[in-house]
Amino acid sequence: MSSEEYANTSSYRLSSLSYTKRPRYKVSVQNLNSWFGSKQALKDINFDVKENTVTALIGPSGCGKTTLIRCLNRMNEMTSGAIVKGSVYLDDIDIYASNVDPVIIKRRMGMVFQKPNPFPTMSIYDNVAAGLKLNGIRDKVLIKEIVEESLKGAVLWDEVKDELSRPGLSLSGGQQQRLCIARALAMQPEVLLMDEPTSALDPIASAKIEELINELRKELTVIIVTHNMQQAARVSDYTAFMYLGELVEYGPTKQIFENPQKELTERYISGKFG
Amino acid sequence: MNNTEKNYHHSKDHRKVIQNAIIRQNYKRKMVNRVFTGVTIACVMLAMIPLGSILFEVVKNGISAISIEFLTQPQGSIIRGDGGIGPAIQGTLLTVGYASLIGVPIGVLAGVYLSEYAGNSKFAYAVRFFNSVMTGMPSIVIGIVGYIVLVITIGSFNITAGAVALSIIMIPIVVAVTEETLKLVPNSIREAAHSLGIPKWKVTLFITLRSAKNGILTGIVLAVSRVAGETAPLIMTILGTSLFFQGFVSPVDALPLRIWRFASQPYEHAHSFGWGAALVLIIMILSLSVLLRFLVLEKEFKLGSLVKK
Repeated sequence: MSSEEYANTSSYRLSSLSYTKRPRYKVSVQNLNSWFGSKQALKDINFDVKENTVTALIGPSGCGKTTLIRCLNRMNEMTSGAIVKGSVYLDDIDIYASNVDPVIIKRRMGMVFQKPNPFPTMSIYDNVAAGLKLNGIRDKVLIKEIVEESLKGAVLWDEVKDELSRPGLSLSGGQQQRLCIARALAMQPEVLLMDEPTSALDPIASAKIEELINELRKELTVIIVTHNMQQAARVSDYTAFMYLGELVEYGPTKQIFENPQKELTERYISGKFG
Repeated sequence: MNNTEKNYHHSKDHRKVIQNAIIRQNYKRKMVNRVFTGVTIACVMLAMIPLGSILFEVVKNGISAISIEFLTQPQGSIIRGDGGIGPAIQGTLLTVGYASLIGVPIGVLAGVYLSEYAGNSKFAYAVRFFNSVMTGMPSIVIGIVGYIVLVITIGSFNITAGAVALSIIMIPIVVAVTEETLKLVPNSIREAAHSLGIPKWKVTLFITLRSAKNGILTGIVLAVSRVAGETAPLIMTILGTSLFFQGFVSPVDALPLRIWRFASQPYEHAHSFGWGAALVLIIMILSLSVLLRFLVLEKEFKLGSLVKK
């Protein structure tokens, strides 16, 4: 076809659109505020997360880091009495816009919780496949492939490949947490939100998960809440320090830990409180 | 400095007094412990006596009446002791089955609503309140209402009236057990499912309900066993008959009814048939529980699932 005709085809228009409108940040939080009843949990949070990075949220108990991460995939509104105002952009969509379906957002942003929570009545295989099956995917061959891929991605495949039909709860704590990560990965999320994923685990299991996070950054964006500063220093590219609902400082991890700009950050990092 | 010492530390004398008191109490404590344990064991045995004596009497008096003829044939001449309780067995199975078809889905879904969707709204509060009122509703009253609503209107005693009356007894039990069991499912399971982008109705049906399955099944078996033995509501709704099932606008028989009628007759064969029917009813109800335990609940002990009942 002639070049004029080609210029009118939808594929050309689409490709030029995406080239000019490519978002600079994977996740962008703008003026985010949240309340539980009358108590304000998040005060005007603003920060941006680049694609394929690991961002750590640190801060003392009660500073709002769990609330913040739960706001990122709209899990927060499932708590009764929770109110959220502001915007969170995933690529260029405001997930809090009125025409956005929260269920779809959750498919794009997976979550791993503090305490491993595999589905109790299901086997290892069924746990990982749960998200796929319950979202309407019927192709058994495809599911099998994705389960294997996810378990490999969670560094659990070698340990369980011969016993996929064993109940999910029969694994050790660290393995259960990796199972939950595999389950989240099976949905092929673009962002993985992790809420203190290693706080219930022993040091060896924690180390495995940190290794895993390092690998994951090649394929997706990770945002991790941790109460363990050293973990944040080991694992993340960017760190956000929060205190009493406010984002005190946000920057490259190296800078936060070696050269913090705010005094509060410096006091927390050096263990003067927390 | 003096003040802070007094805030926490007992003085040496106080400590000695307390320790002496504990030592003196030691022997008395052990005795009280033993007596208390003994009393509780005695109460358990006391509670077992009625159960044991019922089972004993029923088996002793009823076993002689059991035969293939007894279990499958309709009643013949009661004076000669012909026939059996075939229609009653069929009637109980049909009526209780029909009642379960109505009562179980309504009860479970109502329990799901109360636990997963309603929360603590005023409406939910009212529903729970009326539900607990209904668990205490006298079954004879339910029978009378069944008579007025479903027997007079249809024009004859019939199985639907009986099934509906039984389901009214069943529903509040199933609702309460379902809601209670669902509330025991940890929220972390629901959250995990939601975070995978699964819509709420699927989370409720395929994850939450599935986790609570064992407890809910136990509750259903409890409710079904309870209504299988109800007599009062059946008197005025299905009436009882000596024939097998005749259709949806005719009376049908049932074991509790049959037992009651046999017991009120003066003939010896009637009494023996009555005991036999009682034995059959008890065996039917017991086998339901046993079936549940060994087919469904056995797996639970191996899996160690989170909801135990």
